[in-house]
Amino acid sequence: MMWILVVTMVLATVLSDLLQSYEMKRSGEHSVSVRGLARLLATIVRRRFLILSVVCLAVSFFSFMALVQSEPLSFVVPISSASFVIETFLARFVLRERISARRAAGALAVLAGVVLVGG
Amino acid sequence: MSARASDLKTFAVLILFLALKAAGNWSLAFGMKQVPQRMSANPMLYLGAMLEPFVAAGILALILAVLARMALLSLADLSFVLPVTAIGYAIAVLVGKIFLHETVTNRRWLGTLLIVAGAALVGSTARKTSAIGAQAP
Repeated sequence: MMWILVVTMVLATVLSDLLQSYEMKRSGEHSVSVRGLARLLATIVRRRFLILSVVCLAVSFFSFMALVQSEPLSFVVPISSASFVIETFLARFVLRERISARRAAGALAVLAGVVLVGG
Repeated sequence: MSARASDLKTFAVLILFLALKAAGNWSLAFGMKQVPQRMSANPMLYLGAMLEPFVAAGILALILAVLARMALLSLADLSFVLPVTAIGYAIAVLVGKIFLHETVTNRRWLGTLLIVAGAALVGSTARKTSAIGAQAP
């Protein structure tokens, strides 16, 4: 049961972020002023992928809540950073982002840091 | 907008996201401690917990944090946003140390240092490299 929750949480996070990044890249620059947020909300309800990404985010959040009820945070936080690795790969191959050596090195340092802080 | 102005805007939205996330998590955790019932699979318990003002404020702040992160994803790559937003973990350690007087182990200090250094490294790369959305949507 625990591993089903972990896999659900990680996959839901990955899918949510990929869909969000894809749609937000296509919808131009957004801001966080009152008018900007209104435009952002209008964008979310019009784009099916963004609605799906919010559903995935909710699935991931409730899996996380269920996990921390039975497992220690020092297990849940590092294991959830698996999504970080999968997403960076998919960002390269699906979203066509350029992962330079510098960005890859920085991402690896952050990943190691998250595992150390959470573990 | 010029690239320089967009860089500043990206930085401002990042700071706003980190602040909303930290405040939201703190308020949610503080509020949940005031709720007498233990949570279970019953969704009514979660709705009841939302009547607690700190829980409601925490959820509102976290919803705004999700929107700020979406705006951030319109300004920068996913592979840029993921490492730089991980600074939140480092902030949580510092807040725990400074405001809650928690003891921080050497292992966690090292982790915090790696997160900050890694995020700085990623932050120094071009924030938008994908061709998706480069044409008119």
